[in-house]
Amino acid sequence: MSYVLIIGAKSDIAKEVARVYAKNGYNLYLAARKSEELEDLQQDIEVRSGVEVKLKEFDITSYETHEKFYSELEEKPLGVVVVSGYMVEQKLAQKDWNESLQTINVNYTGAVSILNIIANDFETERRGFIVGVSSVAGDRGRKANYIYGSAKAAFTAYLGGLRNRLHESGVQVLTVKPGFVNTKMTEHLDLPEKLTAEPEDVANDIYKAQQSGRNILYTKSIWMLVMLIIKHIPEFMFKKMSI
Amino acid sequence: MSLISWGMYPKIKNQKFSLRDVTSLNSYMSNTYEFIPFGNGRSYGDSAINENIVHVKPYNNFLDFNEKNGILTCQAGVLLSEILDSVVKRGWFLKVTPGTKLITVGGAIASDVHGKNHHIEGCFSECVKEFTIMLPDGETTTCKKGDELFKATCGGMGLTGVILTAKISLKKINSQFIKQTTIKTKNLKETFEAFENNKELPYSVAWIDCLAKDENIGKCLLMVGDFADDGDLEYKSKKKLSIPFNFPSFALNTLSVKAFNWLYYAKAPNGISKQKVGIDSFFYPLDAIGNWNRIYGKNGFTQYQFILPKENSYEGLQEILTKISNSGKGSFLAVLKLYGKENDNYLSFPIEGYSLALDFKIEEGLFELLDTLDEIVLKYGGRIYLTKDVRVSKETFEHGYPRIEKFREFRRENNMSEKLQSLQSKRVQI
Repeated sequence: MSYVLIIGAKSDIAKEVARVYAKNGYNLYLAARKSEELEDLQQDIEVRSGVEVKLKEFDITSYETHEKFYSELEEKPLGVVVVSGYMVEQKLAQKDWNESLQTINVNYTGAVSILNIIANDFETERRGFIVGVSSVAGDRGRKANYIYGSAKAAFTAYLGGLRNRLHESGVQVLTVKPGFVNTKMTEHLDLPEKLTAEPEDVANDIYKAQQSGRNILYTKSIWMLVMLIIKHIPEFMFKKMSI
Repeated sequence: MSLISWGMYPKIKNQKFSLRDVTSLNSYMSNTYEFIPFGNGRSYGDSAINENIVHVKPYNNFLDFNEKNGILTCQAGVLLSEILDSVVKRGWFLKVTPGTKLITVGGAIASDVHGKNHHIEGCFSECVKEFTIMLPDGETTTCKKGDELFKATCGGMGLTGVILTAKISLKKINSQFIKQTTIKTKNLKETFEAFENNKELPYSVAWIDCLAKDENIGKCLLMVGDFADDGDLEYKSKKKLSIPFNFPSFALNTLSVKAFNWLYYAKAPNGISKQKVGIDSFFYPLDAIGNWNRIYGKNGFTQYQFILPKENSYEGLQEILTKISNSGKGSFLAVLKLYGKENDNYLSFPIEGYSLALDFKIEEGLFELLDTLDEIVLKYGGRIYLTKDVRVSKETFEHGYPRIEKFREFRRENNMSEKLQSLQSKRVQI
């Protein structure tokens, strides 16, 4: 069975995405920095699902290594899921340029770098799927996290353009916009229960949406409505609000 | 977000620590005055609720599976549903499973859960070969059948430490289908006879109509069955429906009355009918509806489950069913089950006899009613299931569990009494 490549495989969402694809019979490349730390997950998935899981060293901000990384994969993947993300508190990011830059590079620049390479390959082969995990934070800039949000907005726009370009070659591009997710990253926050998803639910939603050829996925689905409202608040009001 | 139990009562504010690695658990333990482990929140009452909670579910890696002998090793946060997703297609199934697959392995051990085959296979601890546990002093130890720590931990409601990994043995199956027979009875006498006549079959459970009166008390649909030998192993978890909000509570009995009557009159019109059904419909009918607990409304509910020794079961159940039927409270459906021999664990629930379980919406006057039911249960030598309980008194609890002193002593000797506490353990002073 074919391989799915998971970029940024250390996050809680990535872990569940990996498990769902493996459960459905796909072999996996798990790519991340310090990939040896993924050995437990590798064992877990191999025991659970009996598929092959290979760990790949990958740094999304070392752009110059991306070409070599992709060309050295033993077998080209049937699909790729980009889950890499970097979020620090807005206040820290707006004070510290390095934090801002890291936010932009992990969430956007690095993703563009690796996806350009993969998209070219998939386009030539006229097959494959690309899943990019963006965020609802990219739908409108808010003072609470607009540096992270603007990087995700750029990534969303990139995925939209890529989908448009690759449509003709039969390559699917799925943009995923999770709302709140109960992960390590959000553990210290008091999230509202009705708007918060578990990582395994997000992963199942992603798998289903990808398999059924969807373009854009909000998860939980309620976020489509929430963001629709937020996007339509007139700017003269929005600028005075704290949401 | 505070964690709540399945009954959604009580709701208290709590701080959770998510278990991801043993090193941070170790330092959490030494820095926390009092806490209780929590799995997937499927126990009904307050047995896994306290102000500080160790959330074990994120600790959920599979470690090893031997396809030849069916021995699985995994971390304690793995759900039974995840085990099924992995092993059924390879021809294996859980030796013991409760009526929901959405519980963790750690929770299954701590509650020493049982299923429709208790009269044959016993409790979950029967299939546990060994487990590792972090004790309150931060030491991790491996524990085997026969050890005192094993007897205290299986059924010990998380009050001995945090279970980390477990090695469990599975059961071989040749099919994902179960040959099920549904038997219709008219009263409790017929129900008991039907259980006894079918006790060679591994799985049995009955739905009792709690509204039945007088000579019809104990009228039921008994479902018995065993795995088929033919058919495939292409098991796929059923798609979940879900209840997105708390129901107005009047909806409930109307729905279940309809469901029961439909089955009673349509499915088994001649007294006995046979079906071939899948794993999910046979073992986990309610899991198909996510958050069915919301059906009881926002104030929550509790499940009252007791067991009576076999020799008193008939008389005791007659008395209790009459009382419930007259009270007008309680769900329309109750689950009745025949149990096999008691095990050696200090606080495991099952004894040889019959157990009845039914749901009650939390409302005024309920706990008074349950107190009077407790008296009948004690009179007949029975006990209450801690995993479902949210209100039982210390006295009732102690009466039902004669080995409690041994358990308390074990906790004291091993410095577990202070650090590991739930709202329940404080109420009944375990």
